[in-house]
Amino acid sequence: MANASRYFEKQIRLRPLEIAFWLATLLPFVVAPAYLQLASQIAITALFALSLDLILGYAGIVSLGHAAYFGVGAYTAGLLAKHGWGEPLSSLLVAGALAGILGYLTSHIIVRFRHLALIMLTLGLGLLLYEAANSASWLTGGADGLQGVRIRPLFEMLKFDLYGRTAYAYSLAVLCACFFVSRRIIHSPFGLALRGIRENALRMPAIGAPSRAHLRKVYTIAAIIAGAAGALLAQTTETVSLEVLSFGRSADVLVILILGGAGRLYGGLLGAIVYMVARDQFAGINPQYWYFWIGLLLVAVVMLLPNGILGGLAKFFPPKD
Amino acid sequence: MVAHDIDLELPQGVRYALIGPNGAGKTTLINLITGMLRPDSGQIALDAADITSLKPDERVRRGLARTFQINALFPHLSALEAVTLAVLERQGHSKTWWKPLPAYRGDIDEAHAILVSLNLGSVSHRLTRELAYGQQRLLEIALALATRPRVLLLDEPAAGVPKDESAELFAAISGLSQNLTVLFIEHDMDVVFRFASRIIVMVGGRILVQGSPQEIGADPRVREVYLGKRRHG
Repeated sequence: MANASRYFEKQIRLRPLEIAFWLATLLPFVVAPAYLQLASQIAITALFALSLDLILGYAGIVSLGHAAYFGVGAYTAGLLAKHGWGEPLSSLLVAGALAGILGYLTSHIIVRFRHLALIMLTLGLGLLLYEAANSASWLTGGADGLQGVRIRPLFEMLKFDLYGRTAYAYSLAVLCACFFVSRRIIHSPFGLALRGIRENALRMPAIGAPSRAHLRKVYTIAAIIAGAAGALLAQTTETVSLEVLSFGRSADVLVILILGGAGRLYGGLLGAIVYMVARDQFAGINPQYWYFWIGLLLVAVVMLLPNGILGGLAKFFPPKD
Repeated sequence: MVAHDIDLELPQGVRYALIGPNGAGKTTLINLITGMLRPDSGQIALDAADITSLKPDERVRRGLARTFQINALFPHLSALEAVTLAVLERQGHSKTWWKPLPAYRGDIDEAHAILVSLNLGSVSHRLTRELAYGQQRLLEIALALATRPRVLLLDEPAAGVPKDESAELFAAISGLSQNLTVLFIEHDMDVVFRFASRIIVMVGGRILVQGSPQEIGADPRVREVYLGKRRHG
Protein backbone atom coordinates (compact mmCIF):
# COMPACT_ATOMS: atom_id res chain seq x y z
CA MET A 1 0.00 0.00 0.00
CA ALA A 2 2.80 2.37 0.87
CA ASN A 3 4.12 2.36 -2.66
CA ALA A 4 0.84 3.68 -4.06
CA SER A 5 1.63 7.25 -3.03
CA ARG A 6 5.35 6.73 -3.68
CA TYR A 7 4.38 6.52 -7.33
CA PHE A 8 3.23 10.13 -7.17
CA GLU A 9 6.20 11.21 -5.06
CA LYS A 10 8.51 9.95 -7.78
CA GLN A 11 6.70 12.04 -10.36
CA ILE A 12 7.07 15.30 -8.53
CA ARG A 13 10.66 14.88 -7.35
CA LEU A 14 13.02 17.57 -8.63
CA ARG A 15 15.41 15.86 -11.04
CA PRO A 16 19.14 16.66 -11.24
CA LEU A 17 18.65 17.67 -14.87
CA GLU A 18 16.15 20.30 -13.76
CA ILE A 19 18.57 21.76 -11.23
CA ALA A 20 21.24 21.79 -13.93
CA PHE A 21 18.86 23.59 -16.28
CA TRP A 22 18.10 26.36 -13.81
CA LEU A 23 21.77 26.78 -12.95
CA ALA A 24 22.53 27.02 -16.66
CA THR A 25 20.10 29.93 -17.00
CA LEU A 26 22.65 31.95 -14.99
CA LEU A 27 25.39 31.30 -17.56
CA PRO A 28 24.56 34.24 -19.86
CA PHE A 29 25.73 36.64 -17.13
CA VAL A 30 29.22 35.14 -17.41
CA VAL A 31 29.44 33.64 -20.88
CA ALA A 32 27.46 36.06 -23.02
CA PRO A 33 27.14 39.41 -21.26
CA ALA A 34 26.60 41.07 -24.66
CA TYR A 35 23.45 39.03 -25.18
CA LEU A 36 21.63 39.72 -21.93
CA GLN A 37 18.92 41.74 -23.69
CA LEU A 38 18.24 38.72 -25.91
CA ALA A 39 18.35 36.44 -22.88
CA SER A 40 15.78 38.66 -21.19
CA GLN A 41 13.51 38.47 -24.26
CA ILE A 42 13.89 34.69 -24.24
CA ALA A 43 12.91 34.49 -20.56
CA ILE A 44 9.82 36.62 -21.23
CA THR A 45 8.85 34.52 -24.25
CA ALA A 46 9.41 31.37 -22.21
CA LEU A 47 7.08 32.69 -19.51
CA PHE A 48 4.44 33.42 -22.15
CA ALA A 49 4.88 29.91 -23.60
CA LEU A 50 4.61 28.42 -20.11
CA SER A 51 1.29 30.18 -19.70
CA LEU A 52 0.02 28.73 -22.99
CA ASP A 53 1.28 25.30 -21.96
CA LEU A 54 -0.98 25.36 -18.89
CA ILE A 55 -4.10 25.71 -21.02
CA LEU A 56 -3.02 23.94 -24.20
CA GLY A 57 -0.58 21.28 -23.05
CA TYR A 58 -2.39 20.38 -19.85
CA ALA A 59 -6.06 21.28 -20.31
CA GLY A 60 -6.30 20.90 -24.09
CA ILE A 61 -7.55 24.43 -24.83
CA VAL A 62 -6.15 25.41 -28.24
CA SER A 63 -5.79 29.18 -28.46
CA LEU A 64 -4.79 31.43 -31.33
CA GLY A 65 -5.44 34.58 -29.34
CA HIS A 66 -3.31 34.21 -26.26
CA ALA A 67 -1.56 37.53 -27.00
CA ALA A 68 -4.72 39.26 -25.73
CA TYR A 69 -3.63 38.66 -22.13
CA PHE A 70 0.04 39.33 -22.86
CA GLY A 71 -0.95 42.64 -24.47
CA VAL A 72 -3.23 43.68 -21.63
CA GLY A 73 -0.38 43.06 -19.19
CA ALA A 74 2.06 45.00 -21.36
CA TYR A 75 -0.24 48.00 -21.78
CA THR A 76 -1.15 48.00 -18.10
CA ALA A 77 2.48 48.13 -17.00
CA GLY A 78 3.34 50.63 -19.76
CA LEU A 79 0.46 52.96 -18.98
CA LEU A 80 1.07 52.82 -15.24
CA ALA A 81 4.72 53.75 -15.78
CA LYS A 82 3.84 56.48 -18.24
CA HIS A 83 1.52 58.06 -15.70
CA GLY A 84 3.99 58.01 -12.86
CA TRP A 85 3.66 54.49 -11.42
CA GLY A 86 7.07 53.25 -12.50
CA GLU A 87 7.75 50.88 -9.62
CA PRO A 88 8.19 47.55 -11.46
CA LEU A 89 7.09 44.89 -8.96
CA SER A 90 3.80 46.46 -7.93
CA SER A 91 2.85 47.28 -11.51
CA LEU A 92 3.76 43.71 -12.49
CA LEU A 93 1.20 42.51 -9.96
CA VAL A 94 -1.45 44.95 -11.18
CA ALA A 95 -0.81 43.91 -14.80
CA GLY A 96 -1.15 40.23 -13.88
CA ALA A 97 -4.33 40.92 -11.96
CA LEU A 98 -5.95 42.87 -14.82
CA ALA A 99 -5.02 40.21 -17.36
CA GLY A 100 -6.41 37.64 -14.93
CA ILE A 101 -9.71 39.49 -14.65
CA LEU A 102 -9.98 39.60 -18.43
CA GLY A 103 -9.07 35.91 -18.50
CA TYR A 104 -11.74 35.05 -15.96
CA LEU A 105 -14.41 37.02 -17.85
CA THR A 106 -13.55 35.50 -21.24
CA SER A 107 -13.17 32.01 -19.76
CA HIS A 108 -16.93 31.79 -19.38
CA ILE A 109 -17.22 31.82 -23.16
CA ILE A 110 -14.05 29.86 -23.89
CA VAL A 111 -14.97 26.76 -21.87
CA ARG A 112 -18.19 26.23 -23.80
CA PHE A 113 -16.34 25.43 -27.00
CA ARG A 114 -13.77 22.98 -28.26
CA HIS A 115 -11.71 22.24 -31.35
CA LEU A 116 -12.19 24.44 -34.41
CA ALA A 117 -14.80 26.67 -32.81
CA LEU A 118 -12.40 27.37 -29.96
CA ILE A 119 -9.59 28.32 -32.36
CA MET A 120 -11.89 30.74 -34.18
CA LEU A 121 -13.19 32.15 -30.92
CA THR A 122 -9.76 32.85 -29.42
CA LEU A 123 -8.59 34.25 -32.75
CA GLY A 124 -11.60 36.57 -32.79
CA LEU A 125 -11.02 37.75 -29.23
CA GLY A 126 -7.39 38.49 -30.06
CA LEU A 127 -8.25 40.49 -33.17
CA LEU A 128 -10.95 42.36 -31.27
CA LEU A 129 -8.52 43.55 -28.64
CA TYR A 130 -5.84 44.40 -31.20
CA GLU A 131 -8.15 46.70 -33.15
CA ALA A 132 -9.55 48.17 -29.96
CA ALA A 133 -6.02 49.15 -28.88
CA ASN A 134 -5.30 50.40 -32.39
CA SER A 135 -8.32 52.70 -32.45
CA ALA A 136 -7.82 53.93 -28.87
CA SER A 137 -4.66 55.76 -29.88
CA TRP A 138 -5.31 58.51 -27.31
CA LEU A 139 -4.60 55.84 -24.70
CA THR A 140 -2.22 53.40 -26.35
CA GLY A 141 -0.43 55.58 -28.87
CA GLY A 142 -1.94 53.39 -31.59
CA ALA A 143 0.42 52.28 -34.34
CA ASP A 144 3.18 54.58 -33.04
CA GLY A 145 3.38 52.65 -29.82
CA LEU A 146 3.31 53.88 -26.26
CA GLN A 147 6.01 56.46 -25.63
CA GLY A 148 7.36 57.90 -22.42
CA VAL A 149 7.43 54.72 -20.37
CA ARG A 150 9.87 55.27 -17.50
CA ILE A 151 10.56 52.41 -15.13
CA ARG A 152 12.02 53.03 -11.69
CA PRO A 153 14.97 50.90 -10.52
CA LEU A 154 14.14 47.48 -9.16
CA PHE A 155 13.86 47.70 -5.34
CA GLU A 156 14.83 51.38 -5.92
CA MET A 157 18.40 50.09 -6.31
CA LEU A 158 18.97 48.19 -9.55
CA LYS A 159 18.60 50.39 -12.62
CA PHE A 160 17.45 48.85 -15.89
CA ASP A 161 20.77 49.35 -17.67
CA LEU A 162 21.61 49.32 -21.36
CA TYR A 163 23.25 45.91 -21.18
CA GLY A 164 20.19 44.20 -19.80
CA ARG A 165 21.74 42.88 -16.60
CA THR A 166 18.84 43.95 -14.43
CA ALA A 167 16.35 43.14 -17.18
CA TYR A 168 17.55 39.55 -17.46
CA ALA A 169 17.86 39.00 -13.72
CA TYR A 170 14.37 40.37 -13.20
CA SER A 171 12.75 38.43 -16.07
CA LEU A 172 14.52 35.25 -15.04
CA ALA A 173 13.41 35.59 -11.43
CA VAL A 174 9.78 36.09 -12.44
CA LEU A 175 10.00 33.18 -14.91
CA CYS A 176 11.49 30.94 -12.24
CA ALA A 177 8.84 31.87 -9.68
CA CYS A 178 5.96 31.34 -12.12
CA PHE A 179 7.53 28.11 -13.32
CA PHE A 180 7.65 26.58 -9.87
CA VAL A 181 4.11 27.70 -9.11
CA SER A 182 3.01 26.06 -12.39
CA ARG A 183 4.98 22.97 -11.53
CA ARG A 184 3.14 22.75 -8.22
CA ILE A 185 -0.21 23.23 -9.98
CA ILE A 186 0.56 20.43 -12.44
CA HIS A 187 1.39 18.04 -9.60
CA SER A 188 -1.67 18.90 -7.54
CA PRO A 189 -5.11 17.25 -7.62
CA PHE A 190 -6.22 20.18 -9.78
CA GLY A 191 -3.41 19.47 -12.23
CA LEU A 192 -4.42 15.82 -12.44
CA ALA A 193 -8.00 16.92 -13.19
CA LEU A 194 -6.69 19.13 -16.01
CA ARG A 195 -4.87 16.20 -17.53
CA GLY A 196 -8.09 14.23 -17.24
CA ILE A 197 -9.90 16.90 -19.22
CA ARG A 198 -7.19 16.87 -21.86
CA GLU A 199 -7.30 13.09 -22.11
CA ASN A 200 -11.06 12.69 -22.23
CA ALA A 201 -13.28 15.69 -21.64
CA LEU A 202 -16.44 13.67 -22.21
CA ARG A 203 -15.63 11.15 -19.51
CA MET A 204 -14.97 13.77 -16.84
CA PRO A 205 -18.63 14.47 -15.96
CA ALA A 206 -19.12 10.71 -15.56
CA ILE A 207 -16.61 10.68 -12.69
CA GLY A 208 -18.34 13.65 -11.12
CA ALA A 209 -15.91 16.33 -12.30
CA PRO A 210 -17.06 19.91 -12.79
CA SER A 211 -14.90 20.30 -15.92
CA ARG A 212 -15.96 23.81 -16.80
CA ALA A 213 -15.08 25.16 -13.37
CA HIS A 214 -11.64 23.53 -13.69
CA LEU A 215 -11.16 25.06 -17.13
CA ARG A 216 -12.23 28.53 -16.03
CA LYS A 217 -9.72 28.38 -13.21
CA VAL A 218 -6.74 27.30 -15.30
CA TYR A 219 -7.62 29.79 -18.02
CA THR A 220 -7.58 32.57 -15.44
CA ILE A 221 -4.24 31.42 -14.02
CA ALA A 222 -2.75 31.27 -17.54
CA ALA A 223 -4.03 34.77 -18.28
CA ILE A 224 -2.36 36.11 -15.13
CA ILE A 225 0.98 34.59 -16.16
CA ALA A 226 0.61 35.86 -19.73
CA GLY A 227 -0.14 39.32 -18.33
CA ALA A 228 2.97 39.16 -16.17
CA ALA A 229 5.03 38.23 -19.23
CA GLY A 230 3.59 41.20 -21.12
CA ALA A 231 4.36 43.50 -18.21
CA LEU A 232 7.95 42.26 -18.13
CA LEU A 233 8.37 43.10 -21.80
CA ALA A 234 6.95 46.59 -21.33
CA GLN A 235 9.14 47.23 -18.31
CA THR A 236 12.40 45.86 -19.67
CA THR A 237 12.07 47.58 -23.07
CA GLU A 238 10.36 50.74 -21.74
CA THR A 239 7.99 50.79 -24.67
CA VAL A 240 4.80 49.06 -25.76
CA SER A 241 3.84 48.57 -29.39
CA LEU A 242 0.65 47.16 -30.86
CA GLU A 243 2.64 44.05 -31.71
CA VAL A 244 2.10 42.79 -28.13
CA LEU A 245 -1.55 42.14 -29.04
CA SER A 246 -0.93 40.92 -32.57
CA PHE A 247 -1.95 37.67 -34.19
CA GLY A 248 1.73 37.14 -34.95
CA ARG A 249 2.55 37.00 -31.25
CA SER A 250 -0.25 34.51 -30.58
CA ALA A 251 0.91 32.35 -33.48
CA ASP A 252 4.60 32.57 -32.51
CA VAL A 253 3.97 31.38 -28.96
CA LEU A 254 1.94 28.45 -30.28
CA VAL A 255 4.79 27.56 -32.64
CA ILE A 256 7.28 27.86 -29.78
CA LEU A 257 5.30 25.56 -27.55
CA ILE A 258 4.77 22.92 -30.23
CA LEU A 259 8.43 23.17 -31.18
CA GLY A 260 9.55 22.60 -27.60
CA GLY A 261 6.88 20.07 -26.68
CA ALA A 262 3.43 20.86 -25.26
CA GLY A 263 2.32 19.37 -21.96
CA ARG A 264 5.82 19.06 -20.55
CA LEU A 265 6.42 22.26 -18.55
CA TYR A 266 9.95 22.62 -19.94
CA GLY A 267 8.64 22.44 -23.51
CA GLY A 268 7.80 26.13 -23.69
CA LEU A 269 11.13 27.07 -22.13
CA LEU A 270 13.18 24.98 -24.50
CA GLY A 271 11.04 26.09 -27.45
CA ALA A 272 11.58 29.73 -26.56
CA ILE A 273 15.35 29.26 -26.38
CA VAL A 274 15.56 27.42 -29.72
CA TYR A 275 13.13 29.73 -31.49
CA MET A 276 14.58 33.02 -30.27
CA VAL A 277 18.19 32.03 -30.81
CA ALA A 278 17.35 30.66 -34.27
CA ARG A 279 15.49 33.85 -35.11
CA ASP A 280 18.40 35.94 -33.92
CA GLN A 281 20.86 33.93 -36.01
CA PHE A 282 18.68 33.64 -39.12
CA ALA A 283 17.85 37.33 -39.00
CA GLY A 284 21.60 38.01 -38.95
CA ILE A 285 22.21 35.87 -42.04
CA ASN A 286 19.19 36.87 -44.01
CA PRO A 287 17.10 39.62 -42.41
CA GLN A 288 14.27 39.55 -44.95
CA TYR A 289 13.55 35.89 -45.16
CA TRP A 290 14.18 34.55 -41.69
CA TYR A 291 10.64 33.18 -41.41
CA PHE A 292 11.63 30.79 -44.19
CA TRP A 293 14.10 29.12 -41.86
CA ILE A 294 11.65 29.16 -38.96
CA GLY A 295 9.16 27.49 -41.29
CA LEU A 296 11.70 24.85 -42.23
CA LEU A 297 12.57 24.26 -38.57
CA LEU A 298 8.89 23.83 -37.70
CA VAL A 299 8.20 21.40 -40.54
CA ALA A 300 11.27 19.37 -39.63
CA VAL A 301 10.40 19.20 -35.94
CA VAL A 302 6.75 18.31 -36.49
CA MET A 303 7.65 15.60 -39.01
CA LEU A 304 10.58 14.09 -37.15
CA LEU A 305 9.58 14.80 -33.54
CA PRO A 306 5.78 14.91 -33.36
CA ASN A 307 5.87 15.63 -29.63
CA GLY A 308 8.32 18.49 -29.97
CA ILE A 309 12.00 18.62 -29.12
CA LEU A 310 11.42 17.53 -25.53
CA GLY A 311 9.11 14.72 -26.62
CA GLY A 312 11.85 13.53 -28.96
CA LEU A 313 14.50 13.73 -26.26
CA ALA A 314 12.25 11.85 -23.83
CA LYS A 315 12.24 8.92 -26.23
CA PHE A 316 16.01 8.64 -25.98
CA PHE A 317 16.01 9.07 -22.22
CA PRO A 318 13.08 7.03 -20.93
CA PRO A 319 12.20 7.80 -17.31
CA LYS A 320 13.74 5.39 -14.85
CA ASP A 321 11.19 3.39 -12.93
CA MET B 1 -33.35 5.63 -30.52
CA VAL B 2 -36.12 6.70 -28.25
CA ALA B 3 -37.73 5.68 -25.02
CA HIS B 4 -41.39 6.20 -24.07
CA ASP B 5 -43.55 5.74 -21.01
CA ILE B 6 -40.79 4.38 -18.84
CA ASP B 7 -41.89 3.67 -15.29
CA LEU B 8 -39.06 2.07 -13.41
CA GLU B 9 -38.02 1.74 -9.81
CA LEU B 10 -34.64 0.39 -8.74
CA PRO B 11 -34.67 -0.68 -5.07
CA GLN B 12 -31.39 -0.77 -3.18
CA GLY B 13 -29.11 -3.73 -3.60
CA VAL B 14 -30.86 -5.37 -6.52
CA ARG B 15 -28.88 -6.66 -9.53
CA TYR B 16 -30.82 -5.74 -12.63
CA ALA B 17 -30.20 -6.91 -16.15
CA LEU B 18 -31.58 -4.70 -18.88
CA ILE B 19 -32.11 -6.71 -22.03
CA GLY B 20 -33.76 -6.21 -25.38
CA PRO B 21 -32.96 -6.28 -29.09
CA ASN B 22 -30.65 -3.71 -30.66
CA GLY B 23 -32.30 -0.32 -30.91
CA ALA B 24 -34.69 -1.07 -28.05
CA GLY B 25 -33.52 2.06 -26.23
CA LYS B 26 -31.39 0.45 -23.50
CA THR B 27 -28.49 2.89 -23.74
CA THR B 28 -30.96 5.73 -24.20
CA LEU B 29 -32.51 4.77 -20.89
CA ILE B 30 -29.10 4.88 -19.17
CA ASN B 31 -28.40 8.24 -20.79
CA LEU B 32 -31.72 9.54 -19.45
CA ILE B 33 -31.08 8.27 -15.93
CA THR B 34 -27.55 9.71 -15.83
CA GLY B 35 -28.51 13.04 -17.37
CA MET B 36 -26.55 12.70 -20.59
CA LEU B 37 -29.92 13.08 -22.29
CA ARG B 38 -32.78 15.27 -21.09
CA PRO B 39 -36.25 13.70 -21.04
CA ASP B 40 -39.00 15.60 -22.89
CA SER B 41 -41.29 14.85 -20.01
CA GLY B 42 -41.27 12.94 -16.76
CA GLN B 43 -39.17 12.81 -13.66
CA ILE B 44 -36.07 11.05 -12.37
CA ALA B 45 -35.57 10.68 -8.64
CA LEU B 46 -32.74 9.35 -6.51
CA ASP B 47 -34.00 8.34 -3.07
CA ALA B 48 -36.61 11.00 -2.44
CA ALA B 49 -34.82 13.80 -4.31
CA ASP B 50 -35.86 14.92 -7.77
CA ILE B 51 -32.69 14.97 -9.89
CA THR B 52 -34.31 15.60 -13.28
CA SER B 53 -32.72 19.04 -13.63
CA LEU B 54 -29.24 18.05 -12.40
CA LYS B 55 -26.26 17.85 -14.75
CA PRO B 56 -24.45 14.51 -15.21
CA ASP B 57 -21.54 15.42 -12.91
CA GLU B 58 -23.94 16.57 -10.19
CA ARG B 59 -25.79 13.27 -10.42
CA VAL B 60 -22.51 11.39 -10.10
CA ARG B 61 -21.75 13.31 -6.91
CA ARG B 62 -25.17 12.25 -5.60
CA GLY B 63 -24.25 8.61 -6.12
CA LEU B 64 -25.35 7.73 -9.64
CA ALA B 65 -22.48 6.33 -11.69
CA ARG B 66 -22.20 4.65 -15.06
CA THR B 67 -19.76 2.96 -17.41
CA PHE B 68 -19.68 3.08 -21.18
CA GLN B 69 -20.23 0.45 -23.82
CA ILE B 70 -17.24 1.79 -25.76
CA ASN B 71 -14.24 2.46 -23.52
CA ALA B 72 -14.20 6.09 -22.44
CA LEU B 73 -10.92 6.22 -20.55
CA PHE B 74 -7.92 8.52 -20.14
CA PRO B 75 -5.34 7.01 -22.53
CA HIS B 76 -2.24 8.75 -21.18
CA LEU B 77 -3.07 8.55 -17.50
CA SER B 78 -1.93 5.47 -15.63
CA ALA B 79 -4.67 3.32 -14.13
CA LEU B 80 -3.72 4.58 -10.67
CA GLU B 81 -3.77 8.21 -11.77
CA ALA B 82 -7.18 7.82 -13.39
CA VAL B 83 -8.82 6.16 -10.39
CA THR B 84 -7.10 8.55 -7.98
CA LEU B 85 -8.54 11.41 -10.02
CA ALA B 86 -12.04 9.98 -9.63
CA VAL B 87 -11.56 9.59 -5.86
CA LEU B 88 -10.23 13.16 -5.56
CA GLU B 89 -13.19 14.49 -7.52
CA ARG B 90 -15.58 12.70 -5.18
CA GLN B 91 -13.83 14.18 -2.14
CA GLY B 92 -13.90 17.66 -3.65
CA HIS B 93 -10.09 17.84 -3.53
CA SER B 94 -9.68 18.38 -7.24
CA LYS B 95 -10.09 22.11 -6.81
CA THR B 96 -6.91 22.27 -4.74
CA TRP B 97 -3.90 23.44 -6.75
CA TRP B 98 -1.42 24.33 -4.03
CA LYS B 99 -0.95 20.91 -2.41
CA PRO B 100 1.03 18.14 -4.11
CA LEU B 101 -0.65 14.84 -4.94
CA PRO B 102 1.36 12.66 -2.50
CA ALA B 103 -0.28 14.63 0.34
CA TYR B 104 -3.52 12.78 -0.50
CA ARG B 105 -2.25 9.47 0.69
CA GLY B 106 -5.61 8.15 1.89
CA ASP B 107 -7.25 8.84 -1.44
CA ILE B 108 -4.38 7.27 -3.37
CA ASP B 109 -4.52 4.18 -1.16
CA GLU B 110 -8.26 3.95 -1.73
CA ALA B 111 -7.74 4.16 -5.51
CA HIS B 112 -5.10 1.47 -5.28
CA ALA B 113 -7.43 -0.74 -3.22
CA ILE B 114 -10.17 -0.40 -5.84
CA LEU B 115 -7.72 -1.46 -8.55
CA VAL B 116 -6.57 -4.42 -6.45
CA SER B 117 -10.17 -5.49 -5.87
CA LEU B 118 -10.65 -5.68 -9.64
CA ASN B 119 -7.37 -7.56 -10.20
CA LEU B 120 -5.67 -4.49 -11.65
CA GLY B 121 -3.20 -4.02 -8.82
CA SER B 122 -0.26 -5.37 -10.79
CA VAL B 123 -0.82 -2.99 -13.72
CA SER B 124 -1.80 0.11 -11.77
CA HIS B 125 1.29 2.04 -12.92
CA ARG B 126 0.75 1.29 -16.58
CA LEU B 127 -0.72 3.87 -18.91
CA THR B 128 -4.36 3.16 -19.68
CA ARG B 129 -3.71 2.79 -23.40
CA GLU B 130 -1.14 0.08 -22.71
CA LEU B 131 -3.59 -2.10 -20.79
CA ALA B 132 -5.13 -5.18 -22.36
CA TYR B 133 -8.68 -4.68 -23.58
CA GLY B 134 -10.24 -6.74 -20.82
CA GLN B 135 -8.28 -4.74 -18.23
CA GLN B 136 -9.58 -1.53 -19.77
CA ARG B 137 -13.14 -2.83 -19.33
CA LEU B 138 -12.36 -3.41 -15.65
CA LEU B 139 -10.86 0.06 -15.37
CA GLU B 140 -14.18 1.43 -16.65
CA ILE B 141 -15.81 -0.17 -13.61
CA ALA B 142 -13.00 0.95 -11.29
CA LEU B 143 -13.57 4.56 -12.32
CA ALA B 144 -17.28 4.26 -11.61
CA LEU B 145 -16.66 2.60 -8.24
CA ALA B 146 -14.25 5.37 -7.23
CA THR B 147 -17.22 7.76 -7.23
CA ARG B 148 -18.75 5.56 -4.49
CA PRO B 149 -22.07 5.12 -6.23
CA ARG B 150 -25.30 3.93 -4.70
CA VAL B 151 -26.61 3.12 -8.14
CA LEU B 152 -24.27 1.75 -10.79
CA LEU B 153 -25.32 1.54 -14.42
CA LEU B 154 -23.13 -0.70 -16.60
CA ASP B 155 -23.60 -0.37 -20.33
CA GLU B 156 -22.50 -3.74 -21.73
CA PRO B 157 -19.56 -4.09 -19.35
CA ALA B 158 -18.34 -7.20 -21.17
CA ALA B 159 -18.71 -5.80 -24.69
CA GLY B 160 -15.97 -7.29 -26.83
CA VAL B 161 -14.57 -9.42 -24.01
CA PRO B 162 -14.10 -13.17 -24.72
CA LYS B 163 -16.66 -15.40 -23.03
CA ASP B 164 -14.38 -16.90 -20.39
CA GLU B 165 -13.12 -13.45 -19.36
CA SER B 166 -16.64 -12.07 -19.30
CA ALA B 167 -17.63 -14.59 -16.61
CA GLU B 168 -14.68 -13.34 -14.55
CA LEU B 169 -15.79 -9.76 -15.07
CA PHE B 170 -19.33 -10.50 -13.94
CA ALA B 171 -18.02 -12.42 -10.96
CA ALA B 172 -16.27 -9.19 -9.97
CA ILE B 173 -19.48 -7.26 -10.47
CA SER B 174 -21.55 -9.65 -8.38
CA GLY B 175 -18.93 -9.38 -5.64
CA LEU B 176 -19.66 -5.67 -5.23
CA SER B 177 -21.27 -4.36 -2.04
CA GLN B 178 -24.80 -5.59 -1.43
CA ASN B 179 -25.91 -2.02 -0.65
CA LEU B 180 -25.15 -1.08 -4.23
CA THR B 181 -27.89 -1.17 -6.84
CA VAL B 182 -26.54 -2.44 -10.15
CA LEU B 183 -28.17 -2.31 -13.54
CA PHE B 184 -26.33 -3.85 -16.47
CA ILE B 185 -27.04 -4.18 -20.15
CA GLU B 186 -25.94 -7.55 -21.49
CA HIS B 187 -26.71 -9.68 -24.51
CA ASP B 188 -25.39 -13.02 -23.30
CA MET B 189 -28.41 -14.78 -21.78
CA ASP B 190 -26.30 -17.23 -19.78
CA VAL B 191 -24.67 -14.31 -18.00
CA VAL B 192 -27.99 -12.48 -17.58
CA PHE B 193 -29.72 -15.42 -15.97
CA ARG B 194 -26.73 -16.23 -13.82
CA PHE B 195 -26.02 -12.81 -12.37
CA ALA B 196 -29.27 -10.83 -12.42
CA SER B 197 -31.79 -10.95 -9.59
CA ARG B 198 -34.29 -9.07 -11.75
CA ILE B 199 -34.56 -8.67 -15.50
CA ILE B 200 -36.08 -5.77 -17.43
CA VAL B 201 -36.99 -6.36 -21.06
CA MET B 202 -37.14 -3.36 -23.39
CA VAL B 203 -38.61 -3.44 -26.86
CA GLY B 204 -39.17 -0.48 -29.18
CA GLY B 205 -38.36 2.12 -26.54
CA ARG B 206 -40.80 0.71 -24.00
CA ILE B 207 -40.45 -1.63 -21.07
CA LEU B 208 -42.18 -4.81 -22.16
CA VAL B 209 -41.97 -6.62 -18.89
CA GLN B 210 -39.84 -6.94 -15.78
CA GLY B 211 -39.55 -9.70 -13.26
CA SER B 212 -37.40 -12.40 -11.73
CA PRO B 213 -35.30 -14.57 -14.08
CA GLN B 214 -37.82 -17.39 -13.71
CA GLU B 215 -40.75 -15.16 -14.62
CA ILE B 216 -38.90 -13.67 -17.61
CA GLY B 217 -37.74 -17.08 -18.77
CA ALA B 218 -41.30 -18.35 -18.75
CA ASP B 219 -42.95 -15.27 -20.24
CA PRO B 220 -44.30 -16.09 -23.70
CA ARG B 221 -44.08 -12.46 -24.90
CA VAL B 222 -40.38 -12.32 -24.08
CA ARG B 223 -39.77 -15.61 -25.83
CA GLU B 224 -41.57 -14.31 -28.88
CA VAL B 225 -40.04 -10.82 -29.30
CA TYR B 226 -36.61 -11.36 -27.93
CA LEU B 227 -35.43 -14.80 -27.04
CA GLY B 228 -37.23 -16.35 -29.98
CA LYS B 229 -35.79 -13.88 -32.42
CA ARG B 230 -32.29 -14.50 -31.11
CA ARG B 231 -32.63 -18.21 -31.52
CA HIS B 232 -33.49 -17.81 -35.16
CA GLY B 233 -30.34 -15.75 -35.58
